[in-house]
Amino acid sequence: MTPVSARRSKAWTVRKVNRRDTGYTGVPPWVFALAAAGALFVLLPLAAMVAKVNWGQFIPLITSEASLTALGLSLRTSATSTVLCIVLGVPLALVLARASFPGQRLLRAFVLLPLVLPPVVGGIALLYTFGRQGLLGRSLELAGIQIAFSTTAVVLAQTFVALPFLVVSLEGALRTAGTKYEAVAATLGARPTTVLRRVSIPLVLPGLASGAVLSFARCLGEFGATLTFAGSLQGVTRTLPLEIYLQRETDADAAVALSLVLVAVAVAVVGLSYRRPRAQPAEAGPA
Amino acid sequence: MSINRVRVSALLAAGTLAAGLSGCTAPNNASGTRTVTVFAAASLKATFTRIASEFKAANPGTRVTLNFAGSSDLATQISQGAPADVFASADAKNMAQLSDAELIDGTASNFATNVLEIAVPQANPASISSFADLAKPGVKVVVCAPQVPCGSATETVEKATGTTLKPVSEESSVTDVLGKVTSGEADAGLVYVTDVRNAGDKVKGITFSESDQAVNTYPIATVGSSKNKELARAFIAMVTGSEGKKVLSDAGFGTP
Repeated sequence: MTPVSARRSKAWTVRKVNRRDTGYTGVPPWVFALAAAGALFVLLPLAAMVAKVNWGQFIPLITSEASLTALGLSLRTSATSTVLCIVLGVPLALVLARASFPGQRLLRAFVLLPLVLPPVVGGIALLYTFGRQGLLGRSLELAGIQIAFSTTAVVLAQTFVALPFLVVSLEGALRTAGTKYEAVAATLGARPTTVLRRVSIPLVLPGLASGAVLSFARCLGEFGATLTFAGSLQGVTRTLPLEIYLQRETDADAAVALSLVLVAVAVAVVGLSYRRPRAQPAEAGPA
Repeated sequence: MSINRVRVSALLAAGTLAAGLSGCTAPNNASGTRTVTVFAAASLKATFTRIASEFKAANPGTRVTLNFAGSSDLATQISQGAPADVFASADAKNMAQLSDAELIDGTASNFATNVLEIAVPQANPASISSFADLAKPGVKVVVCAPQVPCGSATETVEKATGTTLKPVSEESSVTDVLGKVTSGEADAGLVYVTDVRNAGDKVKGITFSESDQAVNTYPIATVGSSKNKELARAFIAMVTGSEGKKVLSDAGFGTP
């Protein structure tokens, strides 16, 4: 993460050189061989799962009431969590990319922590924060707000694990975009909020979009923190991954069919996120 | 490209084979010791760990490898060819699944029983004292989902007592139910007697007479593909013998 700031001033020239098509790829053949192994490593298990699908029962399995309820809950909570990620993550990314203050590196490390933390650890941490006996939970309960075993708990768990995805993508986009246009706008008399609204955000919009889509995908797959923190009840807290985990106990066919649905949604979402940045001329690929 | 792909997949295949082979043979040949691999239900963790150390003491030069997980996971692993010698299930259903597929040597023997008990936080915030209390409005009850053994036992008790519970969560494992009670999130949870005993003073157990409506029986058997059947039978003899019975009853298990 450190070399990014060093590169910041040269970002423009570097990108121009990259854009020029010389026809030279510079990838040795053996790299292709290893890349093929890497691709196989990911694709083979997916193919093995697809091969296990009971196609005759596929439609009834994925359209059962429990499955549809779980899918609906997953989509709803993931959408809410993504909005929450944008509301909290955009300011975080701006502060990390643009401001400079003591403890900034530490703050970044902590914000990114959920990326490397096992989700079950996140769930335990959330439990001791928002649970009935938790740090904030006790006061919330006195105020009549109960988070335990509610859909709110699912949204909190998803936001916790997905937030870093948005912050990382957006901070990278902001650093790549540089401060040139922002400085010009400021010298022309624009207030900081106007600069943010009219220059910074439009400039990094593709980065923001891909960050949001990645966060959504992470929310959709969230399992460990939800199981630990929110519980599992149909229509309230049992999202699609939890439904798959439960179905696997009795009905392997249903578990496989639902897994395929989740894979399809995830592939669609991630595919969307990686087409966006290339379609528009502005920068902000995955930094 | 296609040649490369073939070469890489061949390499991968060779690697997998090598890893698989060494995984199978190393434990038995490396030091001349004999190893018995036991796949046991998660609820047997404390007891089987003790029985295994007694087994090692009684049979010098043997090693016991223990694999604990949900019974249905273990049954799936064994039917997919996992190298197990002994299978101890927490319910008859998963054992029957393996014996129907002829993956079990001979017939399974029942060695323990377990019944449900109400677990509440030490302070018992919802003042639970009977099974019917769990249905009181406002009580946060956590149970196992009907798909897992403890959940189907819960359903049986509900039917037998004519009580309908409105749980706030239906967990996939008894451990998750207990976790919600020990953390104070839930007012009460339905778990096994042995789980309450194992949790020590973190939870309070409340027995209820209707629990005998759903007695869970634990069967144990030698796995058909075992290469150490003699040792496997010796281990099963210890579990079903007096030493095993004592360890199990100390932990709260009943005798079938």
